[in-house]
Amino acid sequence: MLKKFKVDLHIHTCLSPCADLEMSPLSIIKTASIKGIDIIAVTDHNSAENIIAVINAAKGSDVTVLAGMEITSSEEAHILALFDDIDSILNLQEIIYKNLLPGENDEKRFGEQIVVNAADEVENFNKRLLIAATALEASSIVNTIHSLGGIAVASHVDKTTFSIISQLGFIPEDLLFDALEMSPNISRENAGQSFKKYDTAAWVSSSDAHRISEIGQRTTFFYMKHPTLQEMKLALKKIEGRKVEWQ
Amino acid sequence: MKLDDVVKEISLDLKTCNSCLNNQVTGAYVSDLLSDVMANSKDGNIWITLQMHMNIVAVAGLNNLAGIVVVGGRQPDQEILKKAETEKVAIMTTPLTTFEIAGRLYQMLN
Repeated sequence: MLKKFKVDLHIHTCLSPCADLEMSPLSIIKTASIKGIDIIAVTDHNSAENIIAVINAAKGSDVTVLAGMEITSSEEAHILALFDDIDSILNLQEIIYKNLLPGENDEKRFGEQIVVNAADEVENFNKRLLIAATALEASSIVNTIHSLGGIAVASHVDKTTFSIISQLGFIPEDLLFDALEMSPNISRENAGQSFKKYDTAAWVSSSDAHRISEIGQRTTFFYMKHPTLQEMKLALKKIEGRKVEWQ
Repeated sequence: MKLDDVVKEISLDLKTCNSCLNNQVTGAYVSDLLSDVMANSKDGNIWITLQMHMNIVAVAGLNNLAGIVVVGGRQPDQEILKKAETEKVAIMTTPLTTFEIAGRLYQMLN
């Protein structure tokens, strides 16, 4: 029996320098719950240090939290990595940190990078330059995500900055994304016209929320059996009636 | 050379920070990759780019660049211009291409 799950796969926390300070674990979970979202993914820029806090904050709620990250490739394309276990995201984080361009965050210019706990208390400030790119090419990032068992999504492909299409002109055929993400800026109809050549790939749309009010401003419905990463993989491949849909 | 001389000579359209016209220009850097500009541009450089993400303002401020020239008739949105005004970063636009602007600047500066 397939169920319909409301999913927002792209949410930043206060760890992302460009995100609002209000993007704390409890606030995110509360808002997702009010908006009837079944699954969210926490996807901070090049770091996963708030994932455990959000997962713990979701305990006792009806929201499933995926452990994600929005990675910046050497071409400055954004790629979402999605997992449902802590070990994989921490392994990925280790690889990303090793390859992140050196430098210290300038809080005044780029914004604060706040690591919090599940009670929304500040634990520390991440000093890395999370806004910067990694030295890893897009293809290497996608391969790494897959080797760790995760889902690789090309972020906001309709945007003119930081998307795989804005940076490379088109999506190379050997870049095997599990899904392409459309931003809330583009309607399903316009996406259908503009990205027709990529219609063999699965398309999702998410909020890319940097503020509380943006959570769930765009969601995708996953028709599948359970709210798990494995089922999501099957839904993206349209296996046995599973599918994804968004408006 | 001051930014004012460059703006006049190449007929750039200054969008933000009138007071930046006094900035000393040490050279120019051409790149559309923000990380590359952060790593390799020098104090007082004019940055020639088609990149119009909000982060261009922060990067220009961080490296103390003389200003940003956005090429090809592209127009940065109001939010970016507002931030640039606040942070005292000069944003200029031009209908010319990167190649043409870089060539003109190279002649002026050398």
